[in-house]
Amino acid sequence: MSKFKTSVGRRTFIQAGMALGASHVIGAPFIITARGEEPIKIGMVDPLTGVLSALAQSEVDGAKYAEAELNKNGGILGRQVQLLVEDSANDVGTGVQKTRKLIDRDKVDVIFGDVNSGIAYAMSQVTYEKKVFHIVPGGHTDPITGTNCKWNVFRVCNTTTMDTAAITPELVKRFGKKWFFITPDYAYGHSLQDGFIKALTKLGGTYDGDYLPINNTDFSATLIKAKAYKPNVLLNNMGGLTQINCMKQFTQFGMQNEMALGGALFELETIKGVPPEAQAGWWDMEWWWDQPKVPEVVKFVSEYRAATKKTPSARDWFGYVSMHTVRLAAEKAKSLDGPRLAKALEDLELPPDVALQPGKVRYRAGDHELMANIFVGEAHPPKVSPDDVFTVAEIVPGEQAAGSVAETGCKMVEPA
Amino acid sequence: MSTAIVAAAARRPGKRRWLVLVAIWTILLTVPLWLPLLGGYTALAGRVLVFGLAAMGLNLLLGFTGVLSFGHAAYFGLGAYGAGLTLRYLVHSTPLAVLAGTLLGGLGGTLFGMLIVRRRGVYFAMCTIAFGQLWYYLAYSWNSFTGGFDGLRDFHREPIGFGPLILDITGGGTPFYFFLLAIFAIAVALMALLVRSPFGHTLRAIRENERRARFLGIPVERQIWLSFSISCFFTALAGTLYALLNNFADPMALHYSLSGYFVVMTVMGGMRAFWGPLVGAAVFVVLQDYISSMTVNWMSFIGVIFILVVLFFPRGLLGRWQRAGAV
Amino acid sequence: MAQVILFNVTNGLIIGAFYVLMALGLSLILNLSNVINFAHGNFLALGGYLAFTLSPTLGYWGALLVSPLLTALIGVVVERLMIRRLYNRDPVYSLLLTFGLAFVMQDMARFIWGPNGLPMGLPAVLAQPITASLFFITWYRVFMVTVVIVTVVALFAFLRYTRVGLRIRAGTLDLETVASLGVNVQLLRTFNFSLGCLLAGLSGVLAAGQIGLNPNMGDDLLMPSFIAIIVGGVGSLIGTLCGGLLIGMAAALTTVVYPTASEAVIYAILMAVLLLRPRGLMGEEGMLS
Repeated sequence: MSKFKTSVGRRTFIQAGMALGASHVIGAPFIITARGEEPIKIGMVDPLTGVLSALAQSEVDGAKYAEAELNKNGGILGRQVQLLVEDSANDVGTGVQKTRKLIDRDKVDVIFGDVNSGIAYAMSQVTYEKKVFHIVPGGHTDPITGTNCKWNVFRVCNTTTMDTAAITPELVKRFGKKWFFITPDYAYGHSLQDGFIKALTKLGGTYDGDYLPINNTDFSATLIKAKAYKPNVLLNNMGGLTQINCMKQFTQFGMQNEMALGGALFELETIKGVPPEAQAGWWDMEWWWDQPKVPEVVKFVSEYRAATKKTPSARDWFGYVSMHTVRLAAEKAKSLDGPRLAKALEDLELPPDVALQPGKVRYRAGDHELMANIFVGEAHPPKVSPDDVFTVAEIVPGEQAAGSVAETGCKMVEPA
Repeated sequence: MSTAIVAAAARRPGKRRWLVLVAIWTILLTVPLWLPLLGGYTALAGRVLVFGLAAMGLNLLLGFTGVLSFGHAAYFGLGAYGAGLTLRYLVHSTPLAVLAGTLLGGLGGTLFGMLIVRRRGVYFAMCTIAFGQLWYYLAYSWNSFTGGFDGLRDFHREPIGFGPLILDITGGGTPFYFFLLAIFAIAVALMALLVRSPFGHTLRAIRENERRARFLGIPVERQIWLSFSISCFFTALAGTLYALLNNFADPMALHYSLSGYFVVMTVMGGMRAFWGPLVGAAVFVVLQDYISSMTVNWMSFIGVIFILVVLFFPRGLLGRWQRAGAV
Repeated sequence: MAQVILFNVTNGLIIGAFYVLMALGLSLILNLSNVINFAHGNFLALGGYLAFTLSPTLGYWGALLVSPLLTALIGVVVERLMIRRLYNRDPVYSLLLTFGLAFVMQDMARFIWGPNGLPMGLPAVLAQPITASLFFITWYRVFMVTVVIVTVVALFAFLRYTRVGLRIRAGTLDLETVASLGVNVQLLRTFNFSLGCLLAGLSGVLAAGQIGLNPNMGDDLLMPSFIAIIVGGVGSLIGTLCGGLLIGMAAALTTVVYPTASEAVIYAILMAVLLLRPRGLMGEEGMLS
C-alpha cells in the first residue's frame, strides 16, 4: 500500500475534502504511479508560520534549490528526490504530529527540522523511536548534540558554545575585557550567556548583565544600567524582533560612541529588517555568501541568485547542505537504512561544492555536529549591494571553537 | 417550562440514541483498520480523541450550562504539565501521571472558578482569557521547573502493568491508540451520566433561563462553579493524554489560541449535541492537518472557516440534525 | 538618582500610554457592542503596515494621519459584513468571529508584506535624544506620549460634548432605550467599532516607529490591553485609562529592580484585582451582562 502514494493523490483530496460534512476523515483514492522508479522522500518540518517564519522559509528555499539540483544530476542512488515540507507552526504538538505523519503515512526516509529547538528536540524523540535518520539544519540548542545526543540525529548549524567561543577572542582583542550582557530569559539565552562567560573568564574578563523577558520591547532601563557600568562591549543576546529593538534603542541613545556592540548571531534576514543606524556591531555568521577567494561559493551564489532572486543566507545554506548530506551519506552507505546512513556520516567530510567555505568541514563522529567555520565580522549598512551588510574579519575553524566531545556532554549510544 | 421539555426529551425513544452510539463506537474501535487506507495515520486519530475529549469537557460548560470560557487551554496545559512533571521528577508511572495532571488542572479550575463565578457573559470570558494567559506566562518563564520556552522534555510514556499483564504503550501506534480510546470511553461515560443526572438538568435549566432557575431555588452560582470545575477536570484529563501523545509539554498548550480552537471545535460540531465536540474536533484536526500540508497560508483558510461557521452554521454539524428543543 | 527617578517615570508613562491607547479602543468596542475584538492586535499591525506602505508617497506625517483613517475604514467594512449579524446572538459567536478574523489578518499581513521584519523610517528630527544628559528620552518618545495624550483628551471630549458621543455613552448603559428614542443604533455601532479601529491603527503607526513592523507585532499588546480593561473595570473608560497607566508604570518600575519580572507584575496585578476587587478599580457593580 505504501508504495503507491504520490503527491497527486493528495491533490484529489481537495474535491473530496470539501464534502467533509459529518464524516470523520477525508477519503481519497490513491493513484498508482507508473511502474518504475519511486522517489526518495525527505520530510522537512519547519515553522513556516509564526515568529520564526522568515528563517524557516530560507531553510526551505535552500532545501528546495538543492532538491532541484539533485534531481537534475541524477538524484540519490539513481532515484529522484522528493522533498515534503510541513509547517510546524511553532507549536510542539503540531511539529510532532507532522513528523509522525511524514514517517507513518508518507514513509519518508529522512527527516529535517526544526528551527525551533524545543520542537527539534521533541521531533528527535519520535525519529529516535522510529529509527529514522534526522538532520537538524537550524535548531541551536546545545543538548541536541550534547547531553541529549542520539545516534540518528545530526546537526548542521553551530552550537552556542561554538558561536560564543569563536567571537570572544576577537572582541577581547579589539575592544577589551569588560562586558555587559543583555540576555533573554530562556534556555537558549542562558546557554549563550554561559558560553560567553566561560570564554571570557578564560581570558580574564569581567562582566555584568541583565536577564530580560523573551518578548521585552523596551530596553531603556537596562541600557541605562549598561551605560553606568561603562563596559568595553555590550553583548546583545536577544533574538528576533527583540534583538532589533535593542539595537535600535542602543543607537538611539547614542551609546555606540561609548562602547562596542557585539553578540553571537545577527542573521542576514534580521539585519536587512533594521534601519541603517542599527546595522552595526560584531557578530558571528554561520555561513556568509561573500567569499571571493572560494570559487565554488562565487559560482553557487550567482546560480542561487539566478534561480531564486535572492542572495543565500546561512539558513539557505543549512537547507542546501542538509539535502546534499543525505546524498553523500547514502552514496557512502549504499543504502537508505537509518543506522547505516548515520554510520556513513560520522567523520564524513563535505566536498568543497557543498561545504562552500575553506578548510575541512566534517560531521564529528563523537557528537554528530558539523564542524563548519564561523565567520566573525562586523555588520554595517550596505556598501556595494543591499546584501553587502557584513564584512568578515576572521574565519574561526569550528573544531577550534567547539571544544572537545567530552565537554559537550554527549555520550553517543549506538543503535541496537 | 424548560425542565419539562428537558425531561421529555431525555425520555425520547432510545432507539435512535443506541444506533448513534453503536455507529460511533464501531467507527472509533476500528480506526487502525480503515484510517491508513484513507490517507490518515494513527497519531492523527489520537490527536482527534485528545482534542475531542478536551472540547467535550468544555462543552459541559459552554453547551450544557451556557457559560463561555475562552481560557480552557490553561487547564488542558496544566494537565499536560502535571503529567509531564510527574513522569520526569516523581515516578515513572503513567496512571499516576494521568491522575496528577488531571488533579492539577481540575483543582486550578476549581479555585479560579470561585473567583469569577459571579461574573457573566463577556466579562467572564475576558477573565478566563486573562487567567489562561497567566498560566501560559508562568509555563514559559519558569525555566528551571517547566523547561520554559522550550517546553518540558525528557519524559515519556511508561508501560502500564495490570498485575501480570503489561500494556506497552511506549511505542505509540496502535496499542497507545487503544489506551487513549479506553480512557476516552471512561471519561465520556462519566460525562454522559453527569449530563443525564438531576445535576445536568439544573445546568440546562440555567442555560435556558437563569432567572427562572434561580426562582426555582437552584443555587445558580454554585451550579455554575461546579460545572466549571468538572469541565476543567475533563479538559485536564485530555491534557495529560496530550502530554503522553507527544512525550512533551510546551507552553503553547496553554495559549489562548488553543482555547479558541476548543471553542471552535465545540461550535463547529454542535454545542447542544453530546457528541458534537468530538465531531467538531475530528473535522478541525483533519482539516488543519490537511490544509497546512497544502499551503503555507493555512491560517487564512482556517480563519475563513471559523468565520463561515459562525455566520452560517452556528448550530454546528450535529445541530442541524437535531430537532429544535432537543438537548 | 534624579536621573533614575525621572527616567522611571517617563518610561512608565510611555509604556502606559501605549497600553492605554490599545485598551481604550478595545474597551469602546466592548462596552457598546459587547464584542471582544480578538483582532485588535491585527488592526494595530494593519495600521503600522499601511503607514509603511504610504510613507514613501505621503511622507511620515501624511501616513500618520491617513493610515489610522484607512484602518477605521476597514473596520467599518468588517463590522458591516460580519460582526453586525452577531449582535443579537450569544457572545461566543462574536468572539469566535474576531478570533477567526485575527487568523486571517495575520496571515494576510504575512502574505502581503512578507514574514521578515520591516523597518519604519522616522523623520530625523524625532530620532534624537532631547538633551545630552537625558539621552534616554528621544523626541520620538515625547512625540508618542503627546499624541496619546492629545488623542485621549480628544476622545473624552468627543464622548462628553458631542451628540454622537452622548449616544455612545448612553448606549453603553442601555442600548434598547437609546434605540427606542429614535437613534440609529446600527450606525452608532458601526461608528463605534470604526473608532476603536482608528485607535488601534494609530497605536500601530506609533508602535511601528518604536519596534518596527512584523506580522505578530500586535499579539504582545493584546493581553496587556485585556488586563488593563479588567483592572480598570469593565464598562468604564476612565477605568481603562487608569488601568493602562497602572500596569505600564508597574512594568517600567519593575524593570529597574528585577527585569525578569516586568511581565509577571502585570499578571500579579490582575490576580490581585480579581481577588480583592473583582469589578475593577472603577468598575460599577452590575455593569456586566
